[in-house]
Amino acid sequence: MTNVSTPIQYDEEKLIKEQGFDDHFHDHHHGDKYKSNFITTYIFSQDHKMIAKQFLITGIFWAIIGAAMSIIFRLQLGFPEESMAWLKPILGKWITINDAGIGTLAPEFYYALVTMHGTILVFFVLTAGLSGTFSNLLIPLQVGARDMASPFLNMLSYWFFFLAGLVMFISLFLSTGPFSGGWTAYPPLSALPQASSGSGAGMTLWIVSLVLFVVSVLLGGINYVTTVLNLRTKGMTMWRLPLTIWAFFVTAILGILSFPVLASAFFLVMCDRGLGTSFFISEIFIGGQALDNVGGSPILYQHLFWFLGHPEVYIIILPAMGLVSEVLSVHARKPIFGYKAMVFSILAIAFLSFIVWAHHMFMSGVNPFISNFFVIFTLIIAVPSAVKVFNWITTLYGGNIRFNSAMLFAIGFVSLFISGGLTGIFLGNSAIDIQMHDTYFVVAHFHIVMGIAAFFGMFAGIYNWYPKMFGTFMNETLGRIHFWGTMIGAYAIFWPMHYLGMAGVPRRYYRFDNFDAFSHFADSNKFITIAAIIVFALQILFVINFFYSIKNGKKMTTKNPWGANTLEWTTPIDAGHGNWPGNIPAVHRWAYDYGKDGHEFIPQIVPMREGEKDGGDH
Amino acid sequence: MALDTATHTEVHDHHHDEDLWSGGKQPFKASYGKLMMWYFLLSDAFTFAGFLIAYGALRFSVPTWPVPDFVFSTFPGGYENKPLFFVTFMTFVLLASSYTMVRGVQEGHRENKNGVIKWMFYTIIGGLMFLGCQAWEWNMLIGQEGMSVLTNPFSSHAEAGRYATDDDLKGAGLEKQTVDVHGAKATYYLQPGDLDIPENRYFVKHDHHGHSKAGEAVEADDPYLITYNHSTHLYEHSGVVTADGKLSKETFGPKAFGALFFFITGFHGFHVFSGVVFLIVILINVASGLYVERRNGYEMVEKIGLYWHFVDLVWVFVFLVFYLL
Repeated sequence: MTNVSTPIQYDEEKLIKEQGFDDHFHDHHHGDKYKSNFITTYIFSQDHKMIAKQFLITGIFWAIIGAAMSIIFRLQLGFPEESMAWLKPILGKWITINDAGIGTLAPEFYYALVTMHGTILVFFVLTAGLSGTFSNLLIPLQVGARDMASPFLNMLSYWFFFLAGLVMFISLFLSTGPFSGGWTAYPPLSALPQASSGSGAGMTLWIVSLVLFVVSVLLGGINYVTTVLNLRTKGMTMWRLPLTIWAFFVTAILGILSFPVLASAFFLVMCDRGLGTSFFISEIFIGGQALDNVGGSPILYQHLFWFLGHPEVYIIILPAMGLVSEVLSVHARKPIFGYKAMVFSILAIAFLSFIVWAHHMFMSGVNPFISNFFVIFTLIIAVPSAVKVFNWITTLYGGNIRFNSAMLFAIGFVSLFISGGLTGIFLGNSAIDIQMHDTYFVVAHFHIVMGIAAFFGMFAGIYNWYPKMFGTFMNETLGRIHFWGTMIGAYAIFWPMHYLGMAGVPRRYYRFDNFDAFSHFADSNKFITIAAIIVFALQILFVINFFYSIKNGKKMTTKNPWGANTLEWTTPIDAGHGNWPGNIPAVHRWAYDYGKDGHEFIPQIVPMREGEKDGGDH
Repeated sequence: MALDTATHTEVHDHHHDEDLWSGGKQPFKASYGKLMMWYFLLSDAFTFAGFLIAYGALRFSVPTWPVPDFVFSTFPGGYENKPLFFVTFMTFVLLASSYTMVRGVQEGHRENKNGVIKWMFYTIIGGLMFLGCQAWEWNMLIGQEGMSVLTNPFSSHAEAGRYATDDDLKGAGLEKQTVDVHGAKATYYLQPGDLDIPENRYFVKHDHHGHSKAGEAVEADDPYLITYNHSTHLYEHSGVVTADGKLSKETFGPKAFGALFFFITGFHGFHVFSGVVFLIVILINVASGLYVERRNGYEMVEKIGLYWHFVDLVWVFVFLVFYLL
């Protein structure tokens, strides 16, 4: 790249004052316009920035619990012979200690751990913690709005999430244990309270929790979509929106269209459980006893579930893609390559995500001819995904890259998305899926492509926008240690799982040492477990860095530390509710004028010069 | 508080010739509140779609399905064999309430408070009448005809024949039993050696007024209702002699019918109920003059109007799948 670098000269305050528009923000309110006190500032806050922090910190809380659960079941898989007696103080009766003092994890609790790990990570961490955090933080700031369309419903969205979490948390302490039938909650384990120990009270709380969660997602999503459409500032056309906003916008639409269908399925499950109906249960014996149920279809549940479930993985990954696109462009000091192609690929992925759900059900007995339809559309998703990967790499190409923590995680995201995405092409083929389904190959695939990758997007976002959230920076050295350890560690965990999966090692099994066919993977399992423990420790390092830096991190001294173009960096360092003290800035150009006409960056608030062409509109 | 964020879009809405999507404007010329209602309705449409798809999947997985003209054929006042008369009335009431709602919204745009109050009041009456009708219909189905989420007494005859008489049943070697059930006498017939459980009993056909129908001819595909005897609390599975002289009997229809009917119409009824509650709250606000000072054409009335029309629209689909198909 040519050597950019005259910093552009502009007077931000003057621009906002003269070009921005006056919504009489101050005329009616002197001083604290929102009349806030402790409770309305920190607890029942209606400020999107505070709600974002609430989502993030709650997400971190759940991430630690979810990850700790994975460590316990990884210990079981890696070291099935070792004593777990030391876990007795935490797990209580789920560890039984024999006469020799050897503690064993109860198998039913192993299943509960696996189930809770999935539920917590998918819904509470990667949906609420990721999309909830950054949609809240960035949508009003980057489109130039004082707050969300309805700050009140936005607050309710967080508190419904909180309530969902509370109910789920209580379920962890039931004497019969939390739900243990897998995060997908397929009937009959979910629909018959007597089916397993976790299917009783555990499942009742699980489903109540998730219905509350659906309410939270809908309240949030409706707000996000409306805010992006109606509250964009003057000059902020759709083609000038940063890719973050496009990603959050489409994510919210996916949520509005898919979560209600999950709710329908859950309501029907509730009837099966509570009223004895047979929506999802057919003739079945339990404990030698024939039940009255007749005529229901467990496959119907799977269809309804995966109609949510597949868009859900894009609800998880699209916000990460948006964050990564923004971070890559800012820290490579280059415009994002193929802006419109990026937007259209987001839209294409979102559309396709609604017509591929049955690729999760190839082995459930669906008609093979119908499978073909789903195979083809699944494989077509590779096209917009590849467009995005190509554009990320070309954005990096020739950039003046700053290898800070945010950027490293963004680049790591691209790496993981490629590795995990490629195995998706294998699994999307119904023929190969016969061998691969329900093995560790699947586990490796989705953990890399939507688990770890989404986490990397989230980390990139956190390191990048931390100053905006707290006015301080996170420790950069710890950040880089966090990145390199997690990057290597994540591959160390999930790469070997592909080999296990290809050999047919099934997922969700309690132990393998009594299967001759899989006994030679004992060392691989040990290796994976050790890597998982190291990665877990590094995440604790991140959490320490996160909380320590709030008070003690390097202070932010300028409004725009990264030299970014988007509007959030024009707000004061300690922006109050309402974001801009005076006028709302007007926007004159797209978000990606980096290295243009010899200027390192030209913020969106800077008017176009005579004859200058807007990057977003060509 | 939300209003603060919304007002700037109105302040700068003067340049109608400019692109509506250029920022600082409402691209659909609708306030954020109306948009949010639309998106909520969109999500709710997907919830109902989930239910109706479940309905389709379960219905078409069984070979027979109760005939709506037969199931929904009672009318208040003791009328029978009036297929779909009552549900037509219910549907008319609900759709009429959509009309009154439209008038209420219209009067709101004219800032005519008394007009809004009048038409919203009629809408609430319409909603309550619909709920009352639904309560009567459920009461008939559950209380009189013995349908529940677990039991569906409506089905169709597989073959032509006639309802068995006392002689038919005795002639086929069945043993007549008279037992005391809950203080009432039940008379039925049992194959010798069969366990005396409700499913094994043969009855002589009575309708639920007690009129005997023994010996009446039945055609293949004729719908029937298994008589629920209110004094014995028994489903009376009547014996049927087919054309070639074999003895069979009425069996329950597909279980899913009752569960789906009560669940989906119940879920819709809950929407109507919530709508009535919101209408009442907003009516009180209208009457208190709250919206007069906002001078936004009674937008809150328009928003609840959107919801109300949606609930009516959903009923059209529910009506279609349960009463027409």
